[in-house]
Amino acid sequence: MKILCVCGLGQGTSLILRMNVETVLRELGVEADVENTDVSAASSENTDYIVTSNELAESLTSSSAKIIIVNNYFDNNEIKSALSEHLS
Amino acid sequence: MKFIEENMVLFDVQVEGPEEAIQKAGQLLVDSGCVDSAYVTAMIESYQENGPYFVLAPHIALPHARPEDGGKEASVSFMRLTTPVKFGHKSNDPVEFVFALGASSSDEHIQVLQKLSSVLGNQDKIKQLKEVSNFEELQKILDVGGNKQ
Repeated sequence: MKILCVCGLGQGTSLILRMNVETVLRELGVEADVENTDVSAASSENTDYIVTSNELAESLTSSSAKIIIVNNYFDNNEIKSALSEHLS
Repeated sequence: MKFIEENMVLFDVQVEGPEEAIQKAGQLLVDSGCVDSAYVTAMIESYQENGPYFVLAPHIALPHARPEDGGKEASVSFMRLTTPVKFGHKSNDPVEFVFALGASSSDEHIQVLQKLSSVLGNQDKIKQLKEVSNFEELQKILDVGGNKQ
């Protein structure tokens, strides 16, 4: 399973998101390949899931991946419930 | 690495809008030698292009650009706004705290983000950010261990 964390530039915020997603996945006991990238690269990338903000999700509608929206990148509880809702 | 040092902090700043907020928080990075002024321009352009996605948590914005836009050293500045301003984010507006991020391609960049993440993931610390009135108090909140000076 591949999860892509996406922000506008692929440098700062997507990296924060990736660190927190990895922490949450460990807690959930889920194995996944987590990467971070920018929004333009993400739409052409082959991935199972994309984790991103509401704002950027709108520019990712062409991707076949399932989009998981997170509003607070620092709230691991929100990330956890968003992930467990989608990953089955 | 420069993580919110004394000359990289501004309390109770009044701004007209998001671009002025990014400009002022970015200028703190320029003044401390962490980024070129072109980097600040790139942060504002990124906002205009990609929108306010960097408002990562309620009332908290982390404007940044790419290392190749003129980032020299992994760094973070802190600015608190007197009157919170709307960045146009659906759920996290208005912004009260601006942490400008100086990007670098080094490993220190990741360390800076981890430090910031451990502060901003703590609701008690965020509450205290509203109340601090000087750098010493701020430093106590930001001290997440392993960085005593």
